[in-house]
Amino acid sequence: MSKIAEGLLYSESHEWVKVDGNVAIVGVSDFAQAEMGDITYVDMPDLDDELSAGDDFGALESVKTSSELIAPVSGKVIARNDELEDKPELINEDAYAAWIIKVEMSDTSELDTLLNAAAYAEVAK
Amino acid sequence: MENLLKQTCLHDLHVELGAKMSPFGGYDMPIQYSGIIDEHNAVRHAAGVFDVSHMGEIFISGPDAERFVSHIFTNDIREMEPGKILYGMMLYPDGGTVDDLLVYRESEPQHYLLVVNAANIDKDYTWMQEQAAGFDVRIDNQSDAWGQIAVQGPASEKAVCTLLGFPEAASLTFYTFLDTEREGRRVIVSRTGYTGEDGFEIYAEPEQIRAWWRTLIAAGIKPCGLGCRDTLRFEAGLPLYGDELTAEISPVMAGLSMFCKLDKPEFIGKEALAAQKADGVARKLVGIELADKAVPRAGYPVELEDGTEVGVVTTGYHSISLEKSLCFALVDSAYAALGTPLWIRIRKRTFAGTVVKKRFYQTNYKK
Repeated sequence: MSKIAEGLLYSESHEWVKVDGNVAIVGVSDFAQAEMGDITYVDMPDLDDELSAGDDFGALESVKTSSELIAPVSGKVIARNDELEDKPELINEDAYAAWIIKVEMSDTSELDTLLNAAAYAEVAK
Repeated sequence: MENLLKQTCLHDLHVELGAKMSPFGGYDMPIQYSGIIDEHNAVRHAAGVFDVSHMGEIFISGPDAERFVSHIFTNDIREMEPGKILYGMMLYPDGGTVDDLLVYRESEPQHYLLVVNAANIDKDYTWMQEQAAGFDVRIDNQSDAWGQIAVQGPASEKAVCTLLGFPEAASLTFYTFLDTEREGRRVIVSRTGYTGEDGFEIYAEPEQIRAWWRTLIAAGIKPCGLGCRDTLRFEAGLPLYGDELTAEISPVMAGLSMFCKLDKPEFIGKEALAAQKADGVARKLVGIELADKAVPRAGYPVELEDGTEVGVVTTGYHSISLEKSLCFALVDSAYAALGTPLWIRIRKRTFAGTVVKKRFYQTNYKK
């Protein structure tokens, strides 16, 4: 049974968002990491890249498969978790601690389209 | 669809161990138990056990058995002694591959065991029957009557000798086998595998296979799924039918000419292979090493620096043992030489790589 952290927002494509003012911290859910298995590589966007909600901004690679990362919100990439370059397994160890990027949101109303923990629990089964 | 999947004699034991199951070759097979990386490393450094009961066992016997097997098989079985095994292919007349397989020369004259890929059992059996006109042979598909486990890794000899009680297995060398009995039922122990490590493949009736599986697991031999079977064979430079060998990919294209003996008087596909060797082939299978950690996957395009597409990836991984991104790719022959720079398109970007030998990992067979 995968863990679903309370207080975060989720996309149907299994990204989580932690809101900090106008900044969205983005990672992938415990359900997603469990489905992937051992993650071996995180393909991340460059700093200052402009993301549009719904577009892919990178990918997770496990031994067996690739899975695209989908931007849950629009905005500019202001930070990336470079620790994942050498330690992609941090996502397997704790998917909610291992954030991937921080996005300066251009439209915070997009957050309304995301799911709360209870609603995401219905998706992640 | 799922109810059409076949199950091996170990299926319930995989479920009991919590394996992730997935369809492969028409069977519901374990992909992983503890994780692909953990299982892969167990085989490289200790030992692991695989359920390979899905593989097909087809027995050929009769007065013309040698002549028939020689007719349908690329390697040269004419001088084979009992207890020896040869790897090779069955080909279509145009040189395309029907299947790759092992041929076991049994102790009785004119008796052979052919071990074929699960997904190809029905196709191969039909193919053999169609080619048998004019040969006095019996073709006996016993695939459903046999279970098979593969015990692979540096500690596999000890496991097979002591845990399974086959001390005589220690004297087997690579590609030889022991034809013996347990409680009156036939058992075949062969020093073969698909991992690049020392190891054994053991054929017996299902109840015996279940008992041995339990013994090995109880003794701490790691259960291994098809996930790491693929990462292991890939590193060792071994082809998978469907990816590196197909009806469109001949052994010459795949770089497997050494298993096709053109000095044999005849075999199906010989003329086509001889022509391919003389005239050259349009595409060849190569290994490519990437400078980056991005992972090339089957189907991704191989390009020149200017974006011209010159090939396609057939299998790719971020190699667990070598910690590099590697792939097999079928590329235009002009770009198949070792050291050739090639680029692979992965999602929106291209990544630079170099053509290298397909055997990425130094294998450890008991010669």
